[in-house]
Amino acid sequence: MTSTQKINQEGINKTELDQLDKKERYTLFGLTVPYLALVFGLIIIPIGWLFYMSFIGRDETLSLENYQRIWNSKAYLRIFKTTFQISLLTTLFCVLLGYPLTYFMSQLSNRWANICMIGVLIPFWTSLLVRTYAWLVLLQKKGLINSLAVDWGLWSEPIKFVHNTSGTLIGMVHIMLPFLILPLYANMRTIDKDCLKAAANLGATPTRAFWTVFFPLSLPGLFAGLLIVFVLCLGFYVTPALLGGGKVIMVAMKISDNIELYYSWGAASALGVVLLGVTMIILFIASKLVSIDQLGNRS
Amino acid sequence: MGIWNSSVSETQIKFKNRLWLYIIAIIILFLLIVPSLVVIPMSFSDSQYLEFPPESYSTRWYENYFYSIDWIQATWTSVKVGVLTIFVATPVGIMAAYGLVNSNTKIRSILFPIMISPMMVPVILVAIGLFYFYVQFNMVNSILGLVLGHSLIAMPLVLIIVLSALSNYDMNQEKVARSLGASRLRAFFEITLPQIKFSVVSASLISFLTSFDEVIISLFVSGGDNSTITRSMFLALRDQIDPTIAAISTILIIISSVFLILTQTFGSPKD
Repeated sequence: MTSTQKINQEGINKTELDQLDKKERYTLFGLTVPYLALVFGLIIIPIGWLFYMSFIGRDETLSLENYQRIWNSKAYLRIFKTTFQISLLTTLFCVLLGYPLTYFMSQLSNRWANICMIGVLIPFWTSLLVRTYAWLVLLQKKGLINSLAVDWGLWSEPIKFVHNTSGTLIGMVHIMLPFLILPLYANMRTIDKDCLKAAANLGATPTRAFWTVFFPLSLPGLFAGLLIVFVLCLGFYVTPALLGGGKVIMVAMKISDNIELYYSWGAASALGVVLLGVTMIILFIASKLVSIDQLGNRS
Repeated sequence: MGIWNSSVSETQIKFKNRLWLYIIAIIILFLLIVPSLVVIPMSFSDSQYLEFPPESYSTRWYENYFYSIDWIQATWTSVKVGVLTIFVATPVGIMAAYGLVNSNTKIRSILFPIMISPMMVPVILVAIGLFYFYVQFNMVNSILGLVLGHSLIAMPLVLIIVLSALSNYDMNQEKVARSLGASRLRAFFEITLPQIKFSVVSASLISFLTSFDEVIISLFVSGGDNSTITRSMFLALRDQIDPTIAAISTILIIISSVFLILTQTFGSPKD
């Protein structure tokens, strides 16, 4: 090691080596250029332009009009409130349902855990539209759930679940659940089981061993999962648009309406910038808590 | 009696005391898998209305689908765009992953967040950004526009999958090949690629599915003769509920399942 360093420093062929080094770096960077060009050309520049548009008022001059409208209008505030409420509730239900299932899977042998994993991956890879459609069929007034519930006497009159908040929530929890389970499961698998054995050995009851040893160790995975669910919910469009039946209006739907119906790029852009800002703040907090790779781990 | 008192965890919990967890987990798994499958019997219903279980069965909705020029054309568009997305997203993603793995940590920590940004930015913003961009270049409703848009969201998945494969791979093997006279390209294709092929296969399958299932970008930038199947489905679901959707959904479930099985079989090493 020292001899190569010496040669490098004293440099019989220092310039050549440096040149090769440089060439190597350029080659490697060159390989990332197509990727970066696509990201810059198709995401960063268009979003930069949206950012600019959000400051253009109706009279084509720079103004804060679009943001003032968001801030002052009750309708817009309600949309943000709905978006946050739905996202929070979806995340909460995903945690309540996802944590026990993932814990269960982490306790199984590899073979059984993989079988359960297929159960999580099938809905994950089934088209979003198919799953939304399935809930539309199941939850409607004459749907399977209502007819079963009435037959069994759970409730006497068919309840309308679709085209309102409850339908939206049910559909979204179903769609988001795998996004919570996958990072959480990856995390739980890495927890050293000997820690639990040690806790039991030292006299902890199973319940205490779970809460004082296992649960804290699973928190990074849980945070990664719930943050990604929350962030995805904030920008969600398809399921609330179909299951909400126009009664549940979330930010993404308003952005789309502003463009498709009113051709109002300024208003849409301002909403987009706010949505992006909130998303980025949450992801920034997330990246401080967990490694960013975990957030994007889809498989 | 044996199974009831057998121990099922490190903390020696007996099976009978754990039964509640088994029951809850099975219920949740049931709720995850079964709801989507309800469209399969629906698709064979004879009725216009969404009754479940159907009173009589027929294949009329499948006929409806296969004889509809619009639906078949939309399906072809989606398949075409999906296949082309594989050919854009996979090579671009692999090249970037290769470049990142061999660069120093500083460059990597700057480039990586930029590269996965398509996954972090809400899709609706990507979609309206693309829509604006395509309007300027007359690319709205074009196959090229769709392929680029879908590649954009598939690339981060390729990147992450290939990156994790390459980080478990010893790059010195390539150096050996090159010191023996192979060019860098040859060393990559003959030494590195065969060893990461499983990840490359799953990355391409996932690229296809990502494109095939994508709704929002398609909604904004496709249309006319190049409308994708997801776009047509979304519009059909929003306007009126046509049971043909159940038939299409069944076909989509079969396609996704086939892809999932392919990924599980060919996308991971056997042993």
